[in-house]
Amino acid sequence: MNDQLNNKSLIQCSNVNVFYADQQALFDINLDIRENEVTSLIGPSGCGKSTFLRCINRMNDVIDICKVEGSISIDNQNIYDPEVDVVELRSRIGMVFQKPNPFPKSVYDNVAYGPKLHGRILHQEDLDRKVQESLERAGLWSEVKDRLHEPGTSLSGGQQQRLCIARAIAIDPSVILMDEPCSALDPIATAKIEELIDELKSKYTITIVTHSMQQAARVSQRTAFFHLGKLIEVGDTEKIFRSPEHEQTEAYVTGRYG
Amino acid sequence: MSSNNFKKRHRAEKRFKAYGLISLVTAAIMLIVIIGSMIYKSIPAFTNYTLDLEVNMVSQSLDTDIEEINYRGIVRDSFFSLFPEVQDRSEKRKLSKLISSSAGYSLRDFIIENPTYGNKKFYFSVLFTDDSDLFYKGYVDVYLPEDERRLDNQEIFWLTKLQSRGRVESKISRNLFLNGDSREPEVAGFYGATIGSLITIFVTLVLSFPIGVITAIYLENFAIKNRITDFIEVNINNLAAVPSIIFGLLGLAVFINFFGMPRSVPLVGGLVLSLMTLPTIIITTRSSLQSVPPSIREAALAMGASEMQVVFQHLLPAALPGIFTGAIIGLARAFGESAPLLLIGMVAFIVDIPASINDPATALPVQIYLWADSPERAFVAKTSAATLILIGLLIVINLVAVILRKRYEVKW
Repeated sequence: MNDQLNNKSLIQCSNVNVFYADQQALFDINLDIRENEVTSLIGPSGCGKSTFLRCINRMNDVIDICKVEGSISIDNQNIYDPEVDVVELRSRIGMVFQKPNPFPKSVYDNVAYGPKLHGRILHQEDLDRKVQESLERAGLWSEVKDRLHEPGTSLSGGQQQRLCIARAIAIDPSVILMDEPCSALDPIATAKIEELIDELKSKYTITIVTHSMQQAARVSQRTAFFHLGKLIEVGDTEKIFRSPEHEQTEAYVTGRYG
Repeated sequence: MSSNNFKKRHRAEKRFKAYGLISLVTAAIMLIVIIGSMIYKSIPAFTNYTLDLEVNMVSQSLDTDIEEINYRGIVRDSFFSLFPEVQDRSEKRKLSKLISSSAGYSLRDFIIENPTYGNKKFYFSVLFTDDSDLFYKGYVDVYLPEDERRLDNQEIFWLTKLQSRGRVESKISRNLFLNGDSREPEVAGFYGATIGSLITIFVTLVLSFPIGVITAIYLENFAIKNRITDFIEVNINNLAAVPSIIFGLLGLAVFINFFGMPRSVPLVGGLVLSLMTLPTIIITTRSSLQSVPPSIREAALAMGASEMQVVFQHLLPAALPGIFTGAIIGLARAFGESAPLLLIGMVAFIVDIPASINDPATALPVQIYLWADSPERAFVAKTSAATLILIGLLIVINLVAVILRKRYEVKW
């Protein structure tokens, strides 16, 4: 427990407010996310946890009516600074979505997409190695090594989601954001992904939005509870689930609410 | 009670299926009738009766320039020699009208190509005029009173006599496939109009496809949504519903009168048809871009792709089948369009085969209109034949659309 507490915080969010047109979705969020840890964001539907996650790689920029205030710093750099290049920012952050969304290309091309896109790997052998390494790290290599050139969309749901994780880690991100990555998967596929998340945290900082409290308890070291756009409580997962400070948190984690 | 309800629902379903089947069969029968009658009517257009004529070039002096020889006279003399009993001048004139006035020209072309025949006696096949041709094909009712027929008894006697000598032969009409328009039905062909149509549609494709697709991409993915873009959008949708003749008027006023471009040329035709096709291409491209799942866009953006990379690496390839289909539907519509072309002068009588976007030309639909309007009976068959070719080309265009769609289809 102690060494985890010593982990320095990689992402600092202060006074983050998010508006969709006139409606405010997030209120004054102050949250630090520590390096090489899994932080889970929990809360009832519509509480703003996904919105918050999408602020970290500025995916909300895509939505015209969405406006973000406050500051989010990664490695002490405010990513909402006008000088920040969003494309460069996103090349350092991997994201995994609720529904597996591989590109309609081969398994190989899905994983090779990021490295090729950012021009980081120039030689074919290096690219082959990178693809293999990413697929191995995503626990998918043994299953797909003979079908690298089949379309990624032909894999099963759980495999597709692991392919998306492999695609995300192929660009060597420092942060991986996961937006309910298991909600479309069966329990066995979910167990595999959870195992994977546990392995990945040694190398990456992971933030995961989940609806499953068991999942949050299983995979994360820290948990943040959101309710109606506000961050109610954040702390070590054990503490949040055993002895939360706020009544609302307790009601939610014990299943009396939401 | 409830079982009654089920019966009723099943009956309703059966009725609906029956309605569907009836409409389908009706549509199919109509299509078969139209195409069938077109084929039936066009049959006479594909053949032409010819006369094997012995032409005598021996008397021609070797010094005469082969371009200067009186070929028409030679053909006429050879023809008259088949009827030594006809001596009267006015009868001779009548006799000479049985064979096509093009005979002299085709002999000339033949001699220029084969100069060795320039002083020989040989058999050369010449076309009959449309009226004689129709007589041989059985379209002249000899039991009608003489003054109600295109051919009088004397002419019919001559034609029958020729046939009894075994000099008359039915051949595939090469003119139909290889010639431009002509006042003489036996010479007229749709090759000129087909080439004119293809050049025009090429200009339309080159202009409207890139402009339409780029406009659609810009409006869909890059343009800021405000009143101006809303206004443009509404107008594009309205333009798609504007009658095509309006675009012809616009082309006449802007391209020909204002910019001083030439009349009757495929360039202007292509410009006008591009204006007409653009809204269709823009609308279909936008809707195919919209139909790409948003999750793909999000995945690419989150990987750090720029907006342009998202468009060109993901949205466009996935939308391509839809874009091709839309573009080809638009082009097929333009291909069958005649009204705007009438206004910019592509309805002129043009004999030469166009070779560039700046040569006077006409288009297939306009050629059909011109022939349908001609009084000569032989043009009825030509009209049907040209219509068949137009339909055939449209089927080919649609086949290309289907092939492209299958080829680029993305499976999710």
